[in-house]
Amino acid sequence: MTASAAIPALEVAHLSKRFGGLPATRDVSLRVMPGERRLIIGPNGAGKTTLFNLVTGDLSADGGSVRLFGQELLGMPTQRRVHLGLARTYQILTLFPRERLIHNVVLSLLGLDRRRWNPWSILTANSDLYADARQALERVGLGEAAERIVVETSYGERRRLELAMALAQKPKLLLLDEPLAGLSQGERQTVRALLDAIPRDVTIVMIEHDMDTALGFAERITVLHYGEVIVEGTRAEVVADPRTREVYLGD
Amino acid sequence: MTVRTLVAFAVVALLLLALPWVIGNEFYVNMASQVLIYALFALSINMMLGYGGMVSLGHAGYLGIAGYACILLTVAGYDQLTAAIFAVAVSTVAAAFFGVLSLRAPGLGFIMITLALGQIVWGVAYRANDLTGGDNGIRHPARPMPFGFDIRDAPSFYYFTLAVFVIALFCIWRFSRSPFGASLMGTRDQPRRMRMLGHNVWLVRWLTFVMAGFWASVAGVLYVYYNLFLSPHAISLQQSAEILLMAILGGASTLTGPIVGAAIITLVKNVVSTYVERWNTLLGVIFVVVIVFMPYGLVPGCAQLWRRWANRAKARKATSDTAPASEASGQRGDSMTRAHGASETAQ
Repeated sequence: MTASAAIPALEVAHLSKRFGGLPATRDVSLRVMPGERRLIIGPNGAGKTTLFNLVTGDLSADGGSVRLFGQELLGMPTQRRVHLGLARTYQILTLFPRERLIHNVVLSLLGLDRRRWNPWSILTANSDLYADARQALERVGLGEAAERIVVETSYGERRRLELAMALAQKPKLLLLDEPLAGLSQGERQTVRALLDAIPRDVTIVMIEHDMDTALGFAERITVLHYGEVIVEGTRAEVVADPRTREVYLGD
Repeated sequence: MTVRTLVAFAVVALLLLALPWVIGNEFYVNMASQVLIYALFALSINMMLGYGGMVSLGHAGYLGIAGYACILLTVAGYDQLTAAIFAVAVSTVAAAFFGVLSLRAPGLGFIMITLALGQIVWGVAYRANDLTGGDNGIRHPARPMPFGFDIRDAPSFYYFTLAVFVIALFCIWRFSRSPFGASLMGTRDQPRRMRMLGHNVWLVRWLTFVMAGFWASVAGVLYVYYNLFLSPHAISLQQSAEILLMAILGGASTLTGPIVGAAIITLVKNVVSTYVERWNTLLGVIFVVVIVFMPYGLVPGCAQLWRRWANRAKARKATSDTAPASEASGQRGDSMTRAHGASETAQ
């Protein structure tokens, strides 16, 4: 445990990505230690989601390195990274809209289960999968809604389903892309409480615009601007830094 | 499984078994065999199309490879069983190879590559005169004698085809309900998300491609047994398109849809063409009408109609129950609710 504590959960070094002539990520380096809660902020177009996409493999990087607990991820297909303990939620909901909530979570569980290759057994007969899925839904307060179709649920419930699908996989590193986007004040409190309840063996990197909720959640904050890390530090340091005020908080 | 589904199951099974006696006429018994063979083709393409969202225009290629392999091996002196097994194996390996090529490109590119591969198989069959007899085609010596049964006459061949078909249908049904099937449908709807959940989208698609190729090859061997003849005409682009249309017409992504589609198209082709010269036009009209009114195909379309009808009847019944003004409408509602039950089992 002491040995692994020295290895960052996520280590990004000199990462870069260009879309044509436009640099979306410029020489980004950051270290997130195991158990840490890291917040990434920055104005629109700062390259926050691009950074996530590079870490997950949705986009391929032009250069640099991304290490998960010391293991190089670049060049590895997305699904292999997931099997190493990486999970994410999407800012734009990416669910299976015509399926039941529980089926969404079952698909998530299947992703890490060898049974996903079985073309012969009947899926619904795998009761342990469904029990686990139900548990994951209960964890985010959707136990009652398990049998409902996604399109029949509210936006807030879908956001929590996103979270349930990621948490069901028991990830080591969880990337949350604006988990509070579009939620009402009451729903924000609910989701915030859910995030607080995630045990410390999960390292969390979160993109969020809602500063009231997010600032209280994270220990360290990274500010991105035009694809570059411009400030990084504790909550107090970042808020006090004039560059943060300049690019993000306005003056 | 409810009692109702079991009863429906038994009725369908009995009908299929009694079919040769019911229709009697050899011409129509043969047609039933043809429907089953095409239904298997359509079911196999639907594994890709309906569950995987992959449109293939080269499916007749497997009929070609399996069919010619079966004939050539039998002619070369191998026994029928060995020939059939090798034919299916060769064709499935070809599917594995075709899959690697086709899955390099998504969407439209995928369609075009499958089309090209299908045309290559057709072209080879057409040009390789020494091997395939070219345009003249090639004869299969005789139908096999599976387990010593003689399947030369129409009814016994029908039963043979039915047996193979039922086994295939059962496997494909299991496939559609399996964890693998669920993953496949996931990759159809949200490939990016599936990757992020740890699924190997490419491999899921490729394995489906190979399984679809396998069942199409089985259908190809049946086709050769039925016709005892194969020519490039049978593996043309039109054949591939027809198989695709069967699945779409009946309703891709349902299990029964491709079977219904295969039955309709085969019957129109064979029966109506004896009365109507422009049967192709008729087929086109049927297709357009179905797609306009039931964009998801006949089976889902009809199921939806039933449901709407039954719901309306139920609603009418509910209002008549609260205000029992007209007894007649209440009875009507009742009979329709029962009809709704029947539609559920029919799915």
